[in-house]
Amino acid sequence: MNLTLKVWRQKDAKSKGKLESYPVSGISEHASFLEMMDVLNEQLINEGKEPVAFDHDCREGICGMCSLYINGEAHGPDRGVTTCQLHMRMFKDGDTIYIEPFRSKAFPVLKDLIVDRGSFERIQQAGGFISVNTSGNTQDANSLPIAKPMADKAMDAATCIGCGACVATCKNSSAMLFVAAKVSQYSYLPQGQVERKERVLNMVDQMDKEGFGNCTNTGACEVECPKGISLEFIARMNKEYSSASVKAEN
Amino acid sequence: MTKLDSKIPEGPIKDKWTNHKNHINVVNPANKRHIDVIVVGTGLAGGSAAASLAEMGYNVKAFAYQDSPRRAHSIAAQGGINAAKNYQNDGDSTYRLFYDTVKGGDYRSREGNVYRLAEVSGNIIDQCVAQGVPFAREYGGLLDNRSFGGVLVSRTFYAKGQTGQQLLLGAYSAMSRQIGKGKITMYNRHEMMDIVKVDGKARGIIARNLITGEIEKHSAHAVVIASGGYGNVFFLSTNAMGSNASAAWKIHKKGAYFANPCYTQIHPTCVPRSGDFQSKLTLMSESLRNDGRIWVPKNMDDVMAIREGKKKPTDLSEDERDYYLERRYPAFGNLVPRDVASRAAKERCDAGYGVNATGEAVYLDFKSAINRYGKEKALVTGVNNPTEAQIIELGEKVVEEKYGNLFQMYEKIVDQNPYKTPMMIYPAVHYTMGGIWCDYNLMTTIPGCYAAGEANFSDHGANRLGASALMQGLADGYFVLPYTIGDYLADDIRTGAIPTDSKEFNDAAKEVTDRLEKLINIKGSKSVDYFHKKLGAIMWDKVGMARNATGLTEAMAEIKQIREEFWSDVRVPGNANELNPELEKAGRVADFLELGELFAKDALNRNESCGGHFREESVELDGEQKGEAKRNDKDFAYVAAWEYKGEPGEAVLHKEELTFNDIELKQRSYK
Repeated sequence: MNLTLKVWRQKDAKSKGKLESYPVSGISEHASFLEMMDVLNEQLINEGKEPVAFDHDCREGICGMCSLYINGEAHGPDRGVTTCQLHMRMFKDGDTIYIEPFRSKAFPVLKDLIVDRGSFERIQQAGGFISVNTSGNTQDANSLPIAKPMADKAMDAATCIGCGACVATCKNSSAMLFVAAKVSQYSYLPQGQVERKERVLNMVDQMDKEGFGNCTNTGACEVECPKGISLEFIARMNKEYSSASVKAEN
Repeated sequence: MTKLDSKIPEGPIKDKWTNHKNHINVVNPANKRHIDVIVVGTGLAGGSAAASLAEMGYNVKAFAYQDSPRRAHSIAAQGGINAAKNYQNDGDSTYRLFYDTVKGGDYRSREGNVYRLAEVSGNIIDQCVAQGVPFAREYGGLLDNRSFGGVLVSRTFYAKGQTGQQLLLGAYSAMSRQIGKGKITMYNRHEMMDIVKVDGKARGIIARNLITGEIEKHSAHAVVIASGGYGNVFFLSTNAMGSNASAAWKIHKKGAYFANPCYTQIHPTCVPRSGDFQSKLTLMSESLRNDGRIWVPKNMDDVMAIREGKKKPTDLSEDERDYYLERRYPAFGNLVPRDVASRAAKERCDAGYGVNATGEAVYLDFKSAINRYGKEKALVTGVNNPTEAQIIELGEKVVEEKYGNLFQMYEKIVDQNPYKTPMMIYPAVHYTMGGIWCDYNLMTTIPGCYAAGEANFSDHGANRLGASALMQGLADGYFVLPYTIGDYLADDIRTGAIPTDSKEFNDAAKEVTDRLEKLINIKGSKSVDYFHKKLGAIMWDKVGMARNATGLTEAMAEIKQIREEFWSDVRVPGNANELNPELEKAGRVADFLELGELFAKDALNRNESCGGHFREESVELDGEQKGEAKRNDKDFAYVAAWEYKGEPGEAVLHKEELTFNDIELKQRSYK
């Protein structure tokens, strides 16, 4: 198929960017979106132009490195996929496709379509862990039975890949779904109980410092999340947060 | 020839590790504060090592080329992690895991290392559970297990089809805690460009800030390379796009021997290729072979009809299908080890039975499992006399619970529903058992430089069993390296910080800068990918699933030629002082173009078939094992460790003889 691409080009963090138009032709419907971008870059290199910089790595939907805001949707028009899993069969011959970076004050653009998601890192560092050192004498794993429904819930929350689609898609640039997933995972597990209160307080505090917006329950994040992380986790985090705030004052 | 000292401790195998730990030097907690350790790579091995070393008190500097440690490709591991817990009461033990791993590796690994791996496997599960890793559980709340290829017990722990992700996020959470405390300084979007040696010892690295292009000098008292494998030398593999061998190759060129580069794992169950635009291949977890049955049509007429779209696989009756693994290997059936399963698929496809347009695909069918689970579920949930449709519906639900995300992934790529029609699969390059040579302490032939995880060569011999990569990565990082590195660092408690303004650091930095400038200034006519694809095609055709002396000799010459062409005609746009993904790629491909040649040289030298390395000259000619790979223990029971001598083709071979005291060398039989 033949397509027209409107791609965001920005030299570096300090420069102003703009959309550039590029035609591409002969794209297979079986190619992935990023393979289509590879074709574009090969073409640009052969024309002596600078290729488009974009983040990507595993190309199987798990590392969370790829991003892209495609035709106004984080990870493009398909559901339950990352950009690297998006296939060109979702588009039609002759389409014009708008390709932009994930936009948020807390995700500054580094170059073209690459953004800095360091804010997510700092939120994790504020409390996204259980404080247990490596030890050859940890208690036997089966000495701590965990009811299957709780373990499954924890797993559902833990599947977050930290891509930032929730932030990019939210009109408030809120990171609530991302933070809620981590807070919820540990809140379901007995191992997470000891630090339960300070974890949610610290992570939310860091989230606010990074400049993410507030949640107004539009639910867009849940729709665009490639891993189907549920909005219920945000409700759970709110409950965790208020209960921790009340107790923290005692 | 230098004698390679593997430093395997004396004594009975079950006591070696304990005795060793009891007798090595330890650095006291107050002194650890004065010692710096660099860790390159933040996957399971590097991430767990960085976190553990920081918890112990060392100052750790960790490097990742991605924007977060959580993105390392360990995250893509699907199926599970082995541990000899014997929770299923099926007779598992440290010895049995040790035995299975040595046998699975086709008797080309070190007994001492493998036993230690089996010994610490249980601790890994305990540690990960303590971190909050949500492993799959049974209704009683205890941990669930599944089976993997090449073994007769159920010892694989898993978290849906995302075990690697959950384990890596566990290590990442431990790292995040230490980063927050300032005990790890994290360098994201940084790539190691070279190692710096001072007085023969590893004392730091040169790194490139991938955002600004700045060349940085970082010093430490020891350097750990945990940068993964080199599967991307094939261009198409299941590795991530950025997975590269550069850190390993750079230390090789500075004195670290490279061991058994020809040992590559071609994984049997991957989504087949579909076109020239393809950038990578996607794995379908081995766990699927628990429930999926592999087959091709028995009759060539059916093969043709399927390829032409006149018949569907579901049209074929049981009698018309050749479940070739069950036929050839009745004892292990669909759960033979990966190398065996891959070769069997190639054998059928070479004979013309491949089921897609390219002739390179076989079926992986879940119909029997869906029926079996459906009936079970009907019984358990009290559905009397279920209809066939009810059985299928119930069965599909069970299969979805077990493998849902894998089925979804398949459907997104291929646009077919694997619940209704069998998956098509074909082998693809997945893992490299070879790597940097290291001793029992994981130290390379450069003093103070260590190699961990897939980057080293030590535990999997010539073939890795499923669910053992995660086990090895975490064993190295959580439970081996943190002890063994102290033995070396104990001599450095009074050294003080290593200065980076020395001649050694300046020379290394200049060398790196010069090379980058050289790449930029070639200004040739072809893209980096052009060369990478060309290299990959040679590797796959001549150094792939079946190898022979003629092909390997040609491959060496051809790779050398492409390398020369690359250095005179590659086009790298932009400059070195900016975020430049093409420049990053160029540096990595330049290294693959050298490694590929050594790979072929090693394969040529090893004139036997073992594990993932199959030489057409070395097969069983008759008897029950006719047509199977033939190992040659008399001439090749050694580790081939290569020393760099200026050109990859001129590398010098050093042999580490393998001795087997606790396991008898036998032909592997899965019949």
